Amino acid sequence: MNKQPLEISINGDCYSLAVEPNRTLLELLREDLDLTGAKEGCGEGVCGGCTVLMDGKPVRSCLTLALEASGTHITTVEGLAQKGELDPLQQSFIEHGAVQCGFCTSGMLMAAKGLALNNPHAGNKEIRNAISGHICRCTGYTKIIEAVEAVVDRSLEKR
Amino acid sequence: MKKFKYLIPKTLDEAVSLNQSHEGSAIYVAGGTDVMVKIKSGKLAPDYLISLKHIGVGSQLGVNRETGALHIGGLVTHRTLETSSLIRLQYPIIHDAVQRIGSTQIRNVATIGGNLVNAVPSADGAIPLIALDARVNIYGSAGERTVDLVHFFEGPGQTVMDRGEIVTEIVVPKQPSRTGGAYQKFGRRAAMELPLIGVGVLITLEEGSNRCAKARITLGVAAPTPIRTLSAERYLVGKEITENTLNEAGKLAAEESRVRDSVRGLAWYRREMVEVLVQRMGVKCLQRIKETEAL
Repeated sequence: MNKQPLEISINGDCYSLAVEPNRTLLELLREDLDLTGAKEGCGEGVCGGCTVLMDGKPVRSCLTLALEASGTHITTVEGLAQKGELDPLQQSFIEHGAVQCGFCTSGMLMAAKGLALNNPHAGNKEIRNAISGHICRCTGYTKIIEAVEAVVDRSLEKR
Repeated sequence: MKKFKYLIPKTLDEAVSLNQSHEGSAIYVAGGTDVMVKIKSGKLAPDYLISLKHIGVGSQLGVNRETGALHIGGLVTHRTLETSSLIRLQYPIIHDAVQRIGSTQIRNVATIGGNLVNAVPSADGAIPLIALDARVNIYGSAGERTVDLVHFFEGPGQTVMDRGEIVTEIVVPKQPSRTGGAYQKFGRRAAMELPLIGVGVLITLEEGSNRCAKARITLGVAAPTPIRTLSAERYLVGKEITENTLNEAGKLAAEESRVRDSVRGLAWYRREMVEVLVQRMGVKCLQRIKETEAL
């Protein structure tokens, strides 16, 4: 079937594309734009690996049609670092050893970023809740929670 | 994934007429969290997907000042309900349910109308709404009609909706004062899990006493559709609400449930959990009534 037009902003860059209606946002990112940070784990919304931000809110890119993202701002893990500086969350993941095999990491980071944008003073419970839709096959959840907590603490100090 | 065409109607009528003109080969999509999974797995194979995101109705959430009824648009997301102070403070039974549906990512896009239309036996969104005597407004080529939510479900994946109809709104009538409600989804994982059992209890007390004026006990995954357990409700009305009477109501609800064995859990266990959770939710109702009165 015919491609349909798509206007979309990804990590601050605007794109005018034509996409197949059955193309998912994840396929568009990975296969067409070579942004391979978001991962396909389960492909049915259960694992969290494909999480990206749509207008600042975490969504599953594997269950989102590219066309559904029309007119929105998408942020992927590639868009977290600013001017060559890692996002505080990324730095904290490194410092806390929150990355093991790395497959879940970009999804975890995007969920954490969504939380930080929405609630900069989130407590342990909110952090756990925010990443509850993610699976880490290495079971390294504790370090991930600590890494996010550290960033939340820092933003508290700044106040 | 199967190929299809993606249509974006701008009004409700346009959506309905698009569906009519592609009779049988079109599917509405709102949040897409269920529809997309079904298309990917081949359970659904539409030639046309009709997006409901831009039809301009169904996104309202608020209380009608004249009637006191709560109006929830069919396209309101679970996340909107979860983060609404109106829902959290005045309808905690709905808050209990929506905060545990899917994950944040799913709740950000999945809609309450979609939850109802999907009609899974667990339908977390439906159980509290049935306890609140909610009605559903449905719109289609024949116009609008209203159905009591308790009569909306006909079986797994089956509702009273005709082809091409859209859930535009859920209306919860004003509840009497001294009403408290609570819902518990009981499962293994905190997110992305269908419950083993879902239990909603809503109790209205008489003025100045602990006697029950109205009771609703609703269950998910206890039958092919969400159900009310009428014998347990009738038992409570007119009685003092105590741990003992709630225990008895729990037993009656468990007897009335039609739970069965599945990969998630066995029937005997589900039955025991109905009994336990009805009692616990009943106690929570009392607590919430007290908390409201203390304000």
